[in-house]
Amino acid sequence: MNIDELRDHLCGQYPDLCPLFSIEFGDGTLQVECRGLYDAAADLKSLGFDMLGMVTAVDRGEHFEMVYRLTSREMSVGMFLKCLVPRDKPHTRSLYDLWPAALWQEREVYDLFGIEFDGHPDLRRIMLPEDWVGHPLRKDYQDERIIKRPDYI
Amino acid sequence: MAIVDRVGSALEHGPGRVVLSSLDALFDWARSHSQWVMPMGTACCAMEMIASFPFTKFDSDRHGVIPQADPRHADVMVVAGTITRKMQPAVIRLYEQMPDPKWVIAMGNCTVSGGIFYYDTYSVVRGVDEFLPVDVYIAGCPPRPEAVQDALMQLREKIRQESIGPNTRHVRKLTLPGPGESRASVEPSEPGEVG
Amino acid sequence: MSLQIEEQRQTEGPDGRPRQELVVNVGPSHPSTHGVGRVVVHLDGEVITKADMIIGYLHRGIEKMCENRTYLQVVPLTDRLDYVGSMYSNWAYCRAVERLAAIRVPERAEYIRVIVAEMQRIASHMMSIGSAAADTAAATLFIYSFDERERIIELFEELCGARLTYNYVRPGGVAFDLPEGWTDSVLEFTKAHRKALDLMDRMYFGNVIARGRLKGVAVLGRDDAVAWGASGPVARGSGVDWDLRKHDSYSVYPRFDFNVPIGENGDAYDRARTRLLECYESCSIIEQAIEQMPTGPHKVEGQPRLIMPRAGDAYDHIESARGSLGVYIVADGSPRPYRVKFRSPAFCNLALVPKLAVGHTLSDLVVVLGSLDPVFGEVDR
Repeated sequence: MNIDELRDHLCGQYPDLCPLFSIEFGDGTLQVECRGLYDAAADLKSLGFDMLGMVTAVDRGEHFEMVYRLTSREMSVGMFLKCLVPRDKPHTRSLYDLWPAALWQEREVYDLFGIEFDGHPDLRRIMLPEDWVGHPLRKDYQDERIIKRPDYI
Repeated sequence: MAIVDRVGSALEHGPGRVVLSSLDALFDWARSHSQWVMPMGTACCAMEMIASFPFTKFDSDRHGVIPQADPRHADVMVVAGTITRKMQPAVIRLYEQMPDPKWVIAMGNCTVSGGIFYYDTYSVVRGVDEFLPVDVYIAGCPPRPEAVQDALMQLREKIRQESIGPNTRHVRKLTLPGPGESRASVEPSEPGEVG
Repeated sequence: MSLQIEEQRQTEGPDGRPRQELVVNVGPSHPSTHGVGRVVVHLDGEVITKADMIIGYLHRGIEKMCENRTYLQVVPLTDRLDYVGSMYSNWAYCRAVERLAAIRVPERAEYIRVIVAEMQRIASHMMSIGSAAADTAAATLFIYSFDERERIIELFEELCGARLTYNYVRPGGVAFDLPEGWTDSVLEFTKAHRKALDLMDRMYFGNVIARGRLKGVAVLGRDDAVAWGASGPVARGSGVDWDLRKHDSYSVYPRFDFNVPIGENGDAYDRARTRLLECYESCSIIEQAIEQMPTGPHKVEGQPRLIMPRAGDAYDHIESARGSLGVYIVADGSPRPYRVKFRSPAFCNLALVPKLAVGHTLSDLVVVLGSLDPVFGEVDR
């Protein structure tokens, strides 16, 4: 199935999600409010997206953008699910109940960005030592041990 | 030169021959020709280290080098691969579990200086000589298995120059760098003190 | 008196013997070659009741480093991710960059990429099967499979000069064209390799001890495999029919005729056997690719070294030896990426260890780890 067929299929089944769907660089994106993230994800799961491939975040300055990549085996297609999380006290609902694949992926996002996931059974650091202070992948992370590469392109 | 040649030629002339040498030469010959290696492999260099040690193409066994997973059975620790701050206590602990005399080979650019991970990273230890006393450095990313064998030969030369007396460098205490220092140091321990 | 006997019974296990839980730490320095992972197991006798996998001992901050490098300078960093699969790691990243910057790669370069990726897949499976066998003390298979791997590494050394981290697949094509006679050496290799695979199959997978160690261990059901995000031989060994080369096909893979081996029981034996059977299919793909390969440029003419895609984000994935390796790049119009995320299949597969190890003995823990085939450069990034 290609992206346009996916859009038609999605609009047929869930018409209120339809205006939030866009296509860019050949990939479909569903941009939702973080309050409605769990319901949108549950809708997409019942639409046929049975594999949660990737959970990550991007530091956009004023807010974090959560990016989920979902894949459907029977439709042979993948798409993005995105939501914006406010920067101070960032938290969103965990998708562990829908896809257990989110267990370690969300721990990694918590470790490197500091975004908390409500409902996650075991939220603790995964990559860095337990006593590490700070969240390195944020753009404003300061650490005097980092030596910045000189700017010769 | 080597004591084994003199022993060999003495035996050729029949039984009852006497060979005169120093204890240092005898012990150094034995230690340098049977370096039992503890492969402390973490990353890509571990692949080349594995290719070098037990395998038939490069065959380090003919040099007397046997990989031993347990540090208590090993003489040489080959640190191969990037060491991160999370891994550092484990490496120190394993180093302290090795009995004296012991040597360290730092294999690969990451253990020499941080390598490709020198810039922009928050969790890499820039060179394993920040916390271990290194005897031989191997450059390369990753170094060829032949380079690892060359390092073992160089370590052999280094061991040949050591002495087995009590106040020598291989009986030592490891002091980690304090605030403001960047290199670990070793001090010979007092005679009678266990290292 | 009767109260005391009551209390005593409560501290005894179901078979009447006193229970005592033991916590054992395994790692992070394994004698096996899987790398630096640590498992804290709670044991009841020999049986594991709980296993906690702790990773991060090789977390080098590659994703943060990518933000201060240009798009071309990130390629050597991708080599160090899955260090037994440098060719396809480079390729996954280059596909994402090409999608973002709308670069069309010439056909010859696509064929070369397929050939080196399939050879890399064989090399990776040889390492994986060999080290998994070495953990069960089948050292002979370890040596045989690494010997096959050395042949491939020698061919790669002839091609691009490096033995392990190649930096060969670049955005826009490949770095160098194939040397004279290289494809003939590769065809000789694939012919000899099939015979070596037959030997390894008989030697290890037909061996009664290996079957006893691997069959029935770490069973993963099909629905669990999909729900937990497993991919590659871990999922295919459980019967999940999903291979990106066939079902979400990319590059020139639709032109080749090959099978995808699927397992039935989802245990360690099926996964290891799936990896071995995939090597046969890779040989077949390599032979077809060499036959069909056209002449032409090996990279885009006039490709600038400084790639500056317009702002946006893109995701692309390939089928690596471990599963579906994806790269997500966010660009902001400057010569450096804003964020690069590597979706690592070994990381997602390794999340299954706490689930799969429960109920097995401590000696089976090693088999579980070996069958999931982690490479910690990719797991920890």
